[in-house]
Order: sequence, then structure tokens, then C-alpha cells
Amino acid sequence: MEKRLPTIEINEKYCKGCHICVEFCPTRVFEMKGFIATVKNQEACIECMQCELRCPDFAIKVLP
Amino acid sequence: MSFDYEKYIRPGKLPHIWCPGCGHGIVMKGLIRAMDALGMKKNNTAIVSGIGCASRLPGYIDCCTLHTTHGRAVAFATGIKMAKPEMQVLCVGGDGDGVAIGGNHFIHACRRNINITYLIMNNNIYGMTGGQFSPTTPTGAKASTTPYGNPDPPFDIAKLAIGAGATFVARGTAYHANQIEKLLVEAIRHKGFSVVEILDSCPTTYGRRNRFRSVVEMMNNLKEIAVSVQAAEHMSPEQMQGKVLTGVLYRDNRPEYVEEYQKVIEAAQDFAG
Repeated sequence: MEKRLPTIEINEKYCKGCHICVEFCPTRVFEMKGFIATVKNQEACIECMQCELRCPDFAIKVLP
Repeated sequence: MSFDYEKYIRPGKLPHIWCPGCGHGIVMKGLIRAMDALGMKKNNTAIVSGIGCASRLPGYIDCCTLHTTHGRAVAFATGIKMAKPEMQVLCVGGDGDGVAIGGNHFIHACRRNINITYLIMNNNIYGMTGGQFSPTTPTGAKASTTPYGNPDPPFDIAKLAIGAGATFVARGTAYHANQIEKLLVEAIRHKGFSVVEILDSCPTTYGRRNRFRSVVEMMNNLKEIAVSVQAAEHMSPEQMQGKVLTGVLYRDNRPEYVEEYQKVIEAAQDFAG
């Protein structure tokens, strides 16, 4: 059975590039692209919701 | 499960004004989740704030909000609660707003035990006005007005609140994001004056002057210094050096002010006939 991947939405207008999601993601899903966080490795996401919980800028949403 | 914060945020208000890595956004998320968990109605909830970075918070939340003068948030909130006792009144503010300029209002609201929840975001500095030292800046820390280190010992907001007579006192950190929600739920449910202090990070004006190289380093520092009340029971005073207690620190039951005042009104009406 194929693994179901969650959708990670990053609102680029809200992201201020604080690195919190990059550092606190346990499976290293994010990376910085200039001053904005982007999804580098979506397959690794385990839906722990740490990024959504910790993002101070309301920029990340993890949808099933 | 993704949480829909947008339904509690005024349309078009985001992105907020807080700096990159400021913990206030994390605290605001915790507050929104606590409001949702308690099923608080938007038109029966008043959020009051003073002046400062943290005091910008009510501007984003879609309910009855009031942005008042510096330090006077608790005074205005007391007025709302006395006029409309059925309303849920929350007060938010920073450390400078709450315990320096508004220190007097704060201790007297604690003394009266009026049914208000006060959320203090303690980032150890006056962030908005350019990084002046506040009463919670640690001894030796650098600020724009103490370039050689702060000589003053800091306030312990939780101990101040307990000493002044608050009946629910809790402390959390911006790192422990889930705990913020739990503490706020308990504080809002509590009948009486409840104080929730959240240790926060200000990378722009505090961090860069005090050798914190990044936002993440400041967040990890909050993780390292925080010790829960349960864990602290098994720790020696030496191990507790430089640590901060988190969790529910104090809980008590005393007569609530609005109810006591109602008795005064009834007594006066009886006297007048």
C-alpha cells in the first residue's frame, strides 16, 4: 500500500524566516530558501505537528 | 490534526508585527486553543491589554477587545468585570506593562481577588521601545540602558502575585507550547484572580545583546532552565540553581471580589430601605 502523504502548506506572506520549523522538525522536512522556509523532504513528514504548534507566525499548516 | 486558528483571528490582520522568532505568536496560539477548548463565545469574552509588544495581541483576536494606556490594563479590566460580571475577562501584557508601570494595579487586583485571568508574557525586556531594562531583566544582563550589565535584582512575578494574594498562579514557557494551553484553561476556569506568567524570548532586543546567537538558541535555553513542579520535588537546592519552576505554582480559594461587592450593594440598599 502506498504511503499517504500529508500536505504541508507554508504561507510565504506570513513566514519571517525564524528557523524554528527547520530546527524543531524531528525528521528535517524543512529548509531555508533565502529568508523563507520551504518544504525539502515531504516524504519524511510523520505528522507530529511540531512545526504547526511552534511556528510563531501562523505560517505553517499540516493537512492530512 | 490541524487547528484552524483563522476562525479566531480578525480577517486581514496577519502577518502580525512581532519580530522573527518572537515567542508572542506561540503564546497567542496557545491562548486561541485554550479559548476553543473552553468554548468561549466571542461576544462574551473581553481581552484587555496595555502598551507594548505583547499588548498588541488583542488586536488580532476576533472578540471584544480593548487596548488601553500603559500599565492600566488590569484597571480597565476590573471596570469591565464590575459592570458586566457575566463576561469572561482576560488581561494580556508584557513584563514591563504588568509589573513596572502597571505594578500597582497588578498587586491590588491580586489583593481583591477579582475573577480575571492575567496572562503576562515575560521576555525580560522592554522590546517595543528599544530594549531598555525592565524589572524582570536578570542581574548582569545587558540592555540598551544597562550596557555594562544590569545591577538590579529581578522580580519573580509568580512570587509577587502569590504574596499580593492572587489565588491561582502558574508559569510556563514559550518552548512548552502545549503547556501554555493547559495552564490557560485551568486559569480561566479558576474563580478568582489568576496569573499565568509565560517566559518568552525577545531575540531582537534581548538575545543579540546577551550572547544568544539565534532564535533557536533562545528557545532551547527556555527548555533548559524550566523545571516542572513535580520534577523539582526530587531535586536539591544546588540542582535548582539557575532553574525556573514551571506548572501550577499556587492555588487557593478566597471570596471573589464581584460577589463580595454585590453584598455591599445589597446591604446599602437594605439600609436605604
